[in-house]
Amino acid sequence: MGAFDLLSFSSALADGSVRVIDLTFTLSPDFPVIVLPPEFGQASPLRVEQISRYDAAGPAWYWNNITLSEHTGTHFDAPIHWFTGKDLPNNAVDTLPVRDMIAPACVIDCSAQAAADPDFLLGIADVEAWEARHGRIPERNWVLLRTDWSKRQGRDYANLGEGGPHTPGPDAEVMRWLVEERGIIGFGTETIGTDAGQAAHLQPPFPAHHFLHGGGRYGLQCLRDLDQLPPTGAIVIATPLKIVNGSGSPVRVLALVGAQG
Amino acid sequence: MTEPLSPPLKRSPLNRTQLPSQPPAARSRTSHGLTRAAAEGRFALQRCTHCGAFCYPARDICPQCLSTDLPFVDAPNGGKLVSETTVRVPADVYFRERAPWRIGLVELDCGPILVSHLHGDCVAGERVRLSLQLDKSGQAVAFAKPQEETPAMQDDRQWRELTADPKFRRALVTNGRSAVGLATVDALVKAGARIVHVGVPDRWKPFPEEERLRTLPGVKLVPLDLGDERSVRDLAADIASKTDILVNTAEFVRPGGLTDRKGTSFFQMELAETYMGLVHLAQSFGPTMRMRGADGVDSAAAWVNVLSVYALANWPPFGAHAAAQAGCLSLSHCLRAELRSGGVKVMNVFTGPIDGDWFQTLPPPKVAPRAVAEAIVSGLRNGLEEVFVGDVAQDVRRRLAANPKALERELS
Repeated sequence: MGAFDLLSFSSALADGSVRVIDLTFTLSPDFPVIVLPPEFGQASPLRVEQISRYDAAGPAWYWNNITLSEHTGTHFDAPIHWFTGKDLPNNAVDTLPVRDMIAPACVIDCSAQAAADPDFLLGIADVEAWEARHGRIPERNWVLLRTDWSKRQGRDYANLGEGGPHTPGPDAEVMRWLVEERGIIGFGTETIGTDAGQAAHLQPPFPAHHFLHGGGRYGLQCLRDLDQLPPTGAIVIATPLKIVNGSGSPVRVLALVGAQG
Repeated sequence: MTEPLSPPLKRSPLNRTQLPSQPPAARSRTSHGLTRAAAEGRFALQRCTHCGAFCYPARDICPQCLSTDLPFVDAPNGGKLVSETTVRVPADVYFRERAPWRIGLVELDCGPILVSHLHGDCVAGERVRLSLQLDKSGQAVAFAKPQEETPAMQDDRQWRELTADPKFRRALVTNGRSAVGLATVDALVKAGARIVHVGVPDRWKPFPEEERLRTLPGVKLVPLDLGDERSVRDLAADIASKTDILVNTAEFVRPGGLTDRKGTSFFQMELAETYMGLVHLAQSFGPTMRMRGADGVDSAAAWVNVLSVYALANWPPFGAHAAAQAGCLSLSHCLRAELRSGGVKVMNVFTGPIDGDWFQTLPPPKVAPRAVAEAIVSGLRNGLEEVFVGDVAQDVRRRLAANPKALERELS
C-alpha cells in the first residue's frame, strides 16, 4: 500500500465518506462485570480515586487513580485468558501481533432472536443462512454477534435471574466451526462475555472461550451499537493496552465504515 | 410526666444551623475507668479491695483506709435523689444553650453521693436508678432515672442529649443486601426512625428482599457502592445533611489467612469494601454530620460500625478478614476523635461469626442478624460506644482483658 492510499484514507475520514463508529461503552463504576460464585476471585469493577482536582493536592491539575480488572467494561480477551490457550506463543496482550488489532468484521444480526429469547444460542445453521445472503466468512475476519443487547441498561443488561445470567451467545459447535472451518480472527458480542449467560452448562463449558483461545483467536465483549455496522465491509480497530503478560484489556473499539458499507 | 417528643419541623433556610458546643471535658486518667464502663453501658465505681468501700469521684487512694488498690468494679446502681436543683443561667456555653437544666445529688445504697443529671420524672426524696452515660464531650457523667418506668420516658430532653435515639431521626444503612443490613433497617423503622435510606451496591444485581424494602414506609433505596469513592460522594451530596444516624454494615467475609490464600485479590477486595469504604464514608458524610450535632430533635447523633470481634484479636482461619477489620477499628477511633467536637457518637458493634453463608460450616453459637440489629438500636437508645453481641464476642472481650497473649495462643 503506498503513501497515496493512506492519504486518500485520511481524506475520506475528514470528509466523512469513511465514518468512525465507537463500539465502546463508557467505563463507569456501575457497569456490570461478570458474576462468578463468590468463593472465586472476582473481576474488579472500575474504581476511580481522585488524586487532585485543582485543589490542595494539586493546585493546577485534575487526575485520578483507577482500579479495574483486565476484563471490565468493553474489553479484549487474549488467548492466554483461557486454559486452552495458555501454552500458545504470543498469547498475551503485550505479545500478540499488532496487525491483528485491525481487521474486517462480519456482523450477524440476531437481534430478533435475542429479543424473543434471552438465552438464544447462535448455531451453524444461523451462520450458514447469513453466508447464503452475504457470502462466505473470509479468513481473519471478526465475527460480531449483533443482538442489540447493548441497548439494554443496568439490570436488564446483566439480566440475572434463576440460575444466573440469561444473555445470548454462541453454541459450542458453531464456535469450533468458526475457528476451524472459517479461520476467524475473533468473535465479538454486545453482552458481558463472548459466551452466552448460561454457557457454563454447554459442552465444553464456555465454548467461545474454549475454542477461540485454544485456536489463538481473540474475544471482544461489551461492544455497543453493532446495529450501526453493515453485515460486511467494516474494519474493526481494537488495541488492548500493552499490559505485561496481560490476559486481556479494557479497550476502545472503533469501526470504520465506508460510505457504501 | 415526660412530654412525648413531637416530630421536628422542616428547617427554614432563614435560620443559621446551630453549631455544636461541648460540656466540660477535663477528666483525670483514673476517672476513665468510668468512661470505660459508660462506653459499654455498665455502672461501675471504684471499690477498695482492703476495706470494701465504694467511692466516687475517681480517686487514687481510698478515702476510708488510704489503700491504693482501688479497682473499678460493677456496682449496684440503686439510690435516692436527696436533692435537686434547676440551673437556669449556667456560665458554661453548652449548658447555657440548653438551660434550664436539672441536676441533683443521688445517695447510692452502696455509699457514695454523686452529682447527677436528672431525668425529668425524677422527684426529690424518691428512689432512682443511676447509670453512667457519655456526654457530648465523650466523658462519663451520672444520670438518674426514676425507679419505675414512666410514660414516654425515652423522650426526656436531658436523656436524649446523652443518647442517639433513632426516634424521629433519619438513618442511612449502608448495605441493604446483607442480612445484618436488612435486619437493621427493620429495627430502625420499628424504633421510630423517620427515614431510613438503604444503600444498594451493584443495583444491576437483583436481591430477594428488594421488593419488601421498597414498600416499607419511610424506607428509601439509594445506590451506594462503598468501595467507589464517587458513589459515596454522590450520595452524600444528596443526603449527608439528612443523615442523623449512619449505620455502616459493610461486610466482606472470606475465609483464609496469609499463606493459605492464593493471590491477593481477596485482600484487596476486603480492604476496598471495608477499610476504604469507611474512608469514603467518613470523608463524605463525616464533615456534615459533625456540623449538625446540635441541630434540634433530629440532630446528627451517631455513627455505627458493625465490626467482627476478631478486629480485637486475630482469628487465623479468617485471619485476613480479621486484619481488615482491625484496620477499620483503628479508623473508627480516629473517626470518634474527629466527630467528638460535633457531639456525634461513634459506636462500634462487635459480633462473633454471623449466622449466614460465610460461616455456614461453623458450629454454634453464631449471631443472628436480628440480634445485631437489636443491639444496634439498643446501643443507640442507651448512648453506648462499645457493644459486644453474642457469646463469642463477649468471650473474646473477656479473654482479651484477662490475658491478650493467652487469647492469641488459643485462637490459633
